[in-house]
Amino acid sequence: MAYALQQLINGVTLGMIYGLIAVGYTMVYGIIGMINFAHGDIFMVGAFLSLIAIVGLGMLGITSVPLALIVTLLFAAGIAALYGWAVERIAYRPLRGSFRLAPLISAIGMSIVLQNFVQVSQGARVKPMPQMIPGGVTLLSSDGFAVQLSWMQIAIVITTLILLAAFTWLVTRTPLGRSMRACEQDLKMAGLLGIDTDRTISLTFVIGAALAAVAGLMFLLYYGVIDFFIGFIAGVKAFTAAVLGGIGSLPGAVLGGLAIGLIETFWSAYFSVQYKDVAAFSILVLVLIFMPTGLLGRADIEKV
Amino acid sequence: MTALLSLSGVTAFYGAIQALKGVELNVNPGEIVTLIGANGAGKSTLMMTICGNPRARDGRIVYDGADITRVPTHEIMRQGIAQSPEGRRIFPRMSVYENLLMGAHGRDGGEAAETMEQVFALFPRLKERTAQRGGTLSGGEQQMLAIGRALMSRPRLLLLDEPSLGLAPLVVRQIFGAIRDLNRSTGLTVLLVEQNAFQALRLAHRGYVLVNGAITMAGAAADLLARPEIRAAYLEGGH
Repeated sequence: MAYALQQLINGVTLGMIYGLIAVGYTMVYGIIGMINFAHGDIFMVGAFLSLIAIVGLGMLGITSVPLALIVTLLFAAGIAALYGWAVERIAYRPLRGSFRLAPLISAIGMSIVLQNFVQVSQGARVKPMPQMIPGGVTLLSSDGFAVQLSWMQIAIVITTLILLAAFTWLVTRTPLGRSMRACEQDLKMAGLLGIDTDRTISLTFVIGAALAAVAGLMFLLYYGVIDFFIGFIAGVKAFTAAVLGGIGSLPGAVLGGLAIGLIETFWSAYFSVQYKDVAAFSILVLVLIFMPTGLLGRADIEKV
Repeated sequence: MTALLSLSGVTAFYGAIQALKGVELNVNPGEIVTLIGANGAGKSTLMMTICGNPRARDGRIVYDGADITRVPTHEIMRQGIAQSPEGRRIFPRMSVYENLLMGAHGRDGGEAAETMEQVFALFPRLKERTAQRGGTLSGGEQQMLAIGRALMSRPRLLLLDEPSLGLAPLVVRQIFGAIRDLNRSTGLTVLLVEQNAFQALRLAHRGYVLVNGAITMAGAAADLLARPEIRAAYLEGGH
């Protein structure tokens, strides 16, 4: 029982990270109907930017951990947002109106470019980082097993919830969010109402990239090691989460992220760590076969 | 009188297919002008080309004295042109209220609230359904919403594409009546595309006939109504 509770805590933490990345996939898909395969690599770039910021702040002699983390978060999110903007501007916008596979192919190209760029500029070796938020609380112990809830996990869950709440508010209550939804539902009509659709799409990439960068920071702090390739696996899992939740649906992305995080964690704990990715991707296959619209996705039935 | 909107020699293409072949058309301030023609003649393409999507390949489109031929769509729509497009294109997963707000995009909130009251006065049905999702409205209500949304930007020129399509005659009368009232009370200029040529010519001051992407006839609506070739092609058995 205690062991299962521990897995639940770990799974929710991991699920939050996947959920934050999945939001970016689902938003971009919603608005221009393409899978942004470079999104996982934006997450990776965000993790590297975080590491650079933390090392830099350390060299400047900033010792306050909360201050360092907030500065790091803003730095990583800001620069990654620029990356997201540039990726859309360079690789996707010129192909708008082209055949459907074209932006998909250039997305894969962009993903490789980002990976190689980081590999060359930062080195291919794994980068370790000492733990910044040590300690935690012991919730209960029974059968000689102590359930730990670390401060790190609390910080990840709370930060994610705050970001998701802010993002939901943005989408549902603000003029920008309304424009985003209008573009998602009918891009041509949005233009006819005076909405600058290119700008709205750019902002969608910018916001998605910033959220992914925060996920990158969390990943770095939680696991303590990163390399230029982490974006691929995390990206594909977050994509799986978005599909599982119903691609295009925001709550679906978060729900899917949680589901993937929990499945992966419980599978590792009770069956085999080596096959945890197989478990996660089997879910993708099963969902695609039996529930193509996902948990919260909609079948496009509308009155015409 | 200088025209509010004038097209000269406008051509447009969809891929390799030429949809408009040198269209000449003028709309004067305060007029209702109708464009009639068969299915596939290019009427909706013409409406969309005025808005820059697709863009005119040759020719000039002048609105209120300014050349808008190469202006981006969203900027054209901020200069006092609004379109209620073919197929209505309501945002299906937004409420009626939000759909209307989208029409007032980039405008001051107080002004939008005031304009919305005017739209509700014109189409009281919409007021009863503000919280309902656009996609769940009936066809007639969706058409009212599409026109109401276009009016939310307080346009000088309303492009109205097939407002009668698929609607019951009673609803069509209601909508056409609303357009006539708007034109008379506020001087709103309207370019109306219709397959229902009889109703359209009775509402409009002037009319144009579009055949295969080119204007073949133009004149006062009453004169067009009386012409035998128009009666034969668009009126008899048509409405």
